Amino acid sequence: MVALNYQGIQDIFDAVNNQRWAGAGGFQIAKVGRRDFMKITGLVGGGLMLSFTLPRASAKSGPLQPNGYVRIDETGILIYAKNPEIGQGVKTSLPMMVAEELDAAWDDVQVVQAPVDQATYGAQFAGGSMSTPMNWLPLRKAGATARAMLVGAAAQRLEVPVDALFTRDSHVVHKDTGRKLAYTDLAAAAAAMPVPEADSVALKEPRYFRLLGKRITGVDNDAIVRGEPLFGIDQTLPGMKIATYQKCHAIGGKVKSANLDEIKQMPGVHDAFVLAGNGNAMELLPGVAIVADNTWATIRAKRALRVEWDESEAATDSWSGASASAERLRGESGQRVVDQGDVDAAFNAAAKRIDSSYTYNFVTHAQLEPMNCTAHYQDGAIEMWSPTQTPGFAIANVANVLGIDPAKVTVHQVRCGGGFGRRLYNDFMCEAAAIAQRAGVPVKLQWTREDDMCCDLFRAGGFHQLAGAVDGDGKVSAWRDHFVTFTNDGKRPVSGLSARVFPAELLANVRFEQTQLDWSTRCAAWRAPGSNVFGFVVQSFLHELAQAAERDHLEVLLEVLGEPRWLTQGNPQALHTGRAAGVVKLAAEKAGWGKEMPAGRALGLAFYFSHGGHIAEVADVSVDANKKVKVHKVTVAADVGPIVNLSGAENQIEGAVVDGLSTMLGLAVTFENGRAQQTNFDKYPMLRMPATPEVDVHFVASDYPPTGLGEPALPPLAPAVCNAIAAATGARIRTLPISEEGYTV
Amino acid sequence: MATLRLNVNGEQRTLDGVDDATPLLWVLRDELGLVGTKFGCGISQCGACTVLIDGNPVRSCSFPAASVAGEITTIEGLAGPNGELNPVQQAWVDLDVAQCGYCQAGQIMAAEALLRSNANPTDADVDQAMAGNICRCGTYIRIRKAVKTAAANRGA
Repeated sequence: MVALNYQGIQDIFDAVNNQRWAGAGGFQIAKVGRRDFMKITGLVGGGLMLSFTLPRASAKSGPLQPNGYVRIDETGILIYAKNPEIGQGVKTSLPMMVAEELDAAWDDVQVVQAPVDQATYGAQFAGGSMSTPMNWLPLRKAGATARAMLVGAAAQRLEVPVDALFTRDSHVVHKDTGRKLAYTDLAAAAAAMPVPEADSVALKEPRYFRLLGKRITGVDNDAIVRGEPLFGIDQTLPGMKIATYQKCHAIGGKVKSANLDEIKQMPGVHDAFVLAGNGNAMELLPGVAIVADNTWATIRAKRALRVEWDESEAATDSWSGASASAERLRGESGQRVVDQGDVDAAFNAAAKRIDSSYTYNFVTHAQLEPMNCTAHYQDGAIEMWSPTQTPGFAIANVANVLGIDPAKVTVHQVRCGGGFGRRLYNDFMCEAAAIAQRAGVPVKLQWTREDDMCCDLFRAGGFHQLAGAVDGDGKVSAWRDHFVTFTNDGKRPVSGLSARVFPAELLANVRFEQTQLDWSTRCAAWRAPGSNVFGFVVQSFLHELAQAAERDHLEVLLEVLGEPRWLTQGNPQALHTGRAAGVVKLAAEKAGWGKEMPAGRALGLAFYFSHGGHIAEVADVSVDANKKVKVHKVTVAADVGPIVNLSGAENQIEGAVVDGLSTMLGLAVTFENGRAQQTNFDKYPMLRMPATPEVDVHFVASDYPPTGLGEPALPPLAPAVCNAIAAATGARIRTLPISEEGYTV
Repeated sequence: MATLRLNVNGEQRTLDGVDDATPLLWVLRDELGLVGTKFGCGISQCGACTVLIDGNPVRSCSFPAASVAGEITTIEGLAGPNGELNPVQQAWVDLDVAQCGYCQAGQIMAAEALLRSNANPTDADVDQAMAGNICRCGTYIRIRKAVKTAAANRGA
């Protein structure tokens, strides 16, 4: 048995997975002001506060800086990007919200990554597709506040009332004379104006938006195409050494002995030492650190490193063993987590009953930038440059590992080479901190790809044993799912069903049961947690039921969605069946649902709701006699409210389709004796350009509060493709990746 | 540890004390400070470390620096003398290709190599030439368009 504390992993997982339900009031942001905030309690480090505070007033002179987001002086306009950039585009889209209400010309704006300062910015993290909904009103208010002060200063200077003025392209303009005053010229005078109460600042009506909804290229694109230093891995400090850290690939293994003396003699190596770990699975695991002059020296030394591990308390996880356990549970009952209506009566009265078992493998994050962190410890304090999704959490973890006050931990946000949930967890920062404390010089901890894939916090596999009933009218009348999942801590599942999972909110008779298998390897959030696999299971099975009823899938899906209504009142992050039906119909129409298709080729449909996003996808797929699959085109319809950056929004959907396809086609991490069997990309065949389909994206123009797009376009992809294959060939796929059923691309 | 002499982006660089087996990637990043070339897998699978040697794409993570005979071009060497972006870089900005951006230096170098050898690639040529580069964010659709755009603009 592995004696580790997994508490923090589950806390973050739950927060990211469930926060859209954690306080609907937090999203009623029509009256956002200093007193409005939302809390999620019970988290590591004293709790993550999702705060909607608008920051402090500026000084009475100098630059106009009424809050943490805007700084204007005679030299230009700065807008601060508050959250980590992991490829979801928030370093561009969040400042666009500020610039819109500020009425700054985008070309005049310089975007700067904000410091980690949660007193000023509230929660700073990238997760749960939350950046857009949480910041939509506060950041617009921040821009409007600065604008109001500039208008006030212009009114004083021109000796006209404020309503004689309007703003456009970084200028205040006098309506009658057309006289223009540049923001940069007004900034000093505006800084002396009182900062208006946030509640008193008016926001634009969306029809007057000039920037939001346009296609804007990412603010770092110029630096990216020039290869300028941007990412965590690019950080350097004077006198910096490079570090590597070897952990046991079966979690829980401890260092019994290692050839440290030999390693220390190797060229370029400065030190090698054992760290015992602190017993927390998301902080510091035991291992051997090597500190050297350069990265190549660490790689060579690591190859020569010989560690004898004490595996008496290490993981023995086995995927084949778990699969056998799930098979033994077939037909058995689990713990009921949802039980509504009269499921047994509905099955007894059914005209047809379908039983199906679905399985999906573990997968790894495979963010392309291997984990790394640059750290400098001196005089009892540490400064870190880290590609993390949760810089705020990291402070508590690092302080705990080092035994120092959190106030002594400074974290700088750097651009992240992909996230996908991996960087929600700051074990790599804890390692860098502990090594830097011991080394006494600045160090950059650099993981290899093997470190990354062997020591990930994985997206768990799972097993679903489903039963569905169709009544005499051909309607879906009851639904059962016995989900065999895993637990890290012996208490909570690493992934669990709930009353929010499709179709519990839509059908009268639903029973979800769960059985937890013990599993020591860390399992955690991966893009669209839960949904990324539940979407495949439930939207495939719904198609099976439609086929059993000999009815059109589209018709059955719309029937299950039913009359337009919010499924949770008062929460604009909840599912609205009218919005759902809207995207389903739009995707079907744009894809030509019902049209004649050649033999071996068909359309497949799926809808899934996650992270507040209503998304339907139709896949156009052909399959040959050798099970070779070609996905020609994926048509996507999305209702996520107003679009902030159209280019970024389309990019997120295209990327989610490719990611979803890549993962469903051939990606799996299997485990034997507690060890991941796939340790680099040669055994983990991510999708490449030749298999990439055309993607046709359509947004429903709705005026609901906007929701995020980093995640929700992924879950519908796998079921859409599998439903197309079923329609084309009659063969139902019930395993991910589909390569396990013999399919290739 | 013989003296290492490299021609990088048109400049002659001389380095002493570099281990003979050091992959070109780590010489570029750690010794020359050219960090635009990225580390992804270390086994020539992902293409993030792609540079050009005499115009041909090479996976620098697996290519010993001591074995380099030709002229090396990295992402830092693509822009013109006054910093103007070359057509491939410009297409990447105009089409807003990047999401996280981490793989894009390698993608751009692979595209540059393609266009130097094939000024008017077909869709199949593009897919073939770019198949060695993984984009974990899935920006392949835009990369395809950007390569075609760059090809058109190079000819213009």
